[in-house]
Amino acid sequence: MIGWTTLLLLMSAATPILFAALGEAIAERSGVLNLGVEGMMITGALAGFAAAHATGSPLAGFVAGAAAGAAISLIFGVLTQYLLTNQVATGLALTMFGLGLTAMFGRPYEGVKAPSMPGGPLGVNWAIWLGLALVPLTWFVLNRTRRGLILRGVGENHDAAHALGYKVRLVRLVAIAIGGAMAGIGGAYVSIATVLQWTEGMTAGAGWIALAIVVFAGWSPWGVLAGAWLFGGVAVLQLRLQAAGVAVPVQLLSMAPYLATIVVLVIISARQKYRGRGSAAPGSLGRPFHATR
Amino acid sequence: MLRLEPRAATPWWLAVASPLMAVVATMVAGGVLFALMGFDPVASIRTIFWDPLFGPASGYSRPQLLVKAGPLILIASGLAIGFRAGIWNIGAEGQYIIGGICGAAVALAAYPAEGAWIFPAMVLAGAAGGWAWGMIPATLRNWTGASEILVSLMLVYVAQRVAAWMAFGPMRSPEGFGMPGSRNLQHYPSAANPELMAGTGAHWGVVAAALAVLATWFLMSRHIRGFRIRVAGLAPRAARFAGVRPETLVAFCLGLSGALAGMAGLFEVSGPGGQITDSFGSGYGFTAIIVAFLGRLHPLGILLAGLLLALTYIGGELAQLMLQLPAATVQVFQGMLLFFLLGFDTLTRYRLRWRGTK
Repeated sequence: MIGWTTLLLLMSAATPILFAALGEAIAERSGVLNLGVEGMMITGALAGFAAAHATGSPLAGFVAGAAAGAAISLIFGVLTQYLLTNQVATGLALTMFGLGLTAMFGRPYEGVKAPSMPGGPLGVNWAIWLGLALVPLTWFVLNRTRRGLILRGVGENHDAAHALGYKVRLVRLVAIAIGGAMAGIGGAYVSIATVLQWTEGMTAGAGWIALAIVVFAGWSPWGVLAGAWLFGGVAVLQLRLQAAGVAVPVQLLSMAPYLATIVVLVIISARQKYRGRGSAAPGSLGRPFHATR
Repeated sequence: MLRLEPRAATPWWLAVASPLMAVVATMVAGGVLFALMGFDPVASIRTIFWDPLFGPASGYSRPQLLVKAGPLILIASGLAIGFRAGIWNIGAEGQYIIGGICGAAVALAAYPAEGAWIFPAMVLAGAAGGWAWGMIPATLRNWTGASEILVSLMLVYVAQRVAAWMAFGPMRSPEGFGMPGSRNLQHYPSAANPELMAGTGAHWGVVAAALAVLATWFLMSRHIRGFRIRVAGLAPRAARFAGVRPETLVAFCLGLSGALAGMAGLFEVSGPGGQITDSFGSGYGFTAIIVAFLGRLHPLGILLAGLLLALTYIGGELAQLMLQLPAATVQVFQGMLLFFLLGFDTLTRYRLRWRGTK
């Protein structure tokens, strides 16, 4: 029987991925493939931790994490949107740069404790509630508002959107910054609410898992929630097995989230390929936009 | 307003100048960063880029150049081929780790036998291990269409945990007093990959890297398969009409880059690294991505770029020692370098034009 504590653990493990994947889904719906999620998350993790430590307020930490994630994502935004660089390579650069920068500036924070997170209703902290609330909100904005329609239009066919007079690059820049801010919040959650301290490279691939979950989700916010919870479930199951002393080495058990991500990715891709369900990917995803007129 | 206008062809001098401009820009930006952190920018940059080659302690650091450049060039040569075809193997780090483990497994199984066959068998096992690890994303992409970017990257994390498991479990040295880590292969003559000429730092991995540069140059500019790879990258539809099967290309590019990364791992574990530990992967697989881009995906460029990035590794260590610069400086430099490179590359593809308001 799954108890409330297990469910809580699951939601907590899913939250960083949920934030990051929702943000990336927004960016990808606008046609931008940003592989820098890991770099933005780790930046948010350090900035968030530093701010929370300096002010003693976790809320300030989350705000700082969002700001730092958005700020660093704009490097990617300017390069890919205004200098038309390759999105795959630029995203990789963002991840490497973020990991390096945080390793450099994170030194003074090693071994420092985070301020404690205040609890929320039902013992669930408000960051988890915020993540849950963002799912319907993102869905609503994307599917039921004019701005959402423009964003999706830009993502499906940037030439058509440009011809209609929409500012493709500006829309994408905003989507990238929102994605960066949400990845930053996800990273801040890791350092402030789950690990409670700063260590180099602490997001440990969560950003990449978030990228895979966007594909799994078919670019829909509700799908992202399902994917994040699935991931949270695997993470908790692995911890439970470790605690129960199963006769499998810890190192092998800790592969579970990464292997599960591959399995999920493969199943979803195969379904799209063989069931004749064309990919739900936005039409202009990853393609640079250069206005000829 | 400034705007970009596509170029029909890239002038050759720009293709050469853009990586150089990126390097200079990285030095300037790095200097600014150091100044902000309270270090002397000129001294820092000199320590990283000049002192390892010509400074007072260069007798020690110069051989390290080839030690670090060898794996970078070997891995990047393979990656560049895939990048040309639009096939993104970003999991070379994982293939490197698995190659190292497979090669070490042969040595540890043969221990303490001595024989001339052992080292070649290790090289083959390392290449086979890396190839197999690279073929996982290739097969999954060909069968199901799963993104090779994400699968190969996930497999890096899996490989890191395999290495940790090996170091703590099956490969733990019986003479290691319970410490994690395998036997040190440097102390096992038949399996060791020593410095071939004293004072150069060159080991078999450096020889392999040189051969890889030659072989990939031949493949890409003289062989029909290289031509197909280039066409597939430039015009995928045209390639398909010309009978290039994308599945074959995916398997070839990921398999080849995996095998080369696996060999790099083997040369490292039998040489400078010495043993399988839980932190065996040291980031060469990721840095090699930068090497490939900085070298403009061209074998000769990769050779030079590999040497330059090797220099940043050694210079970074030196700066850490001499000036107490943080260890992560190198990573920041590498990230900035890739940003600047991608930015300056825009100039090779587009012309900057002023446009007055209409």
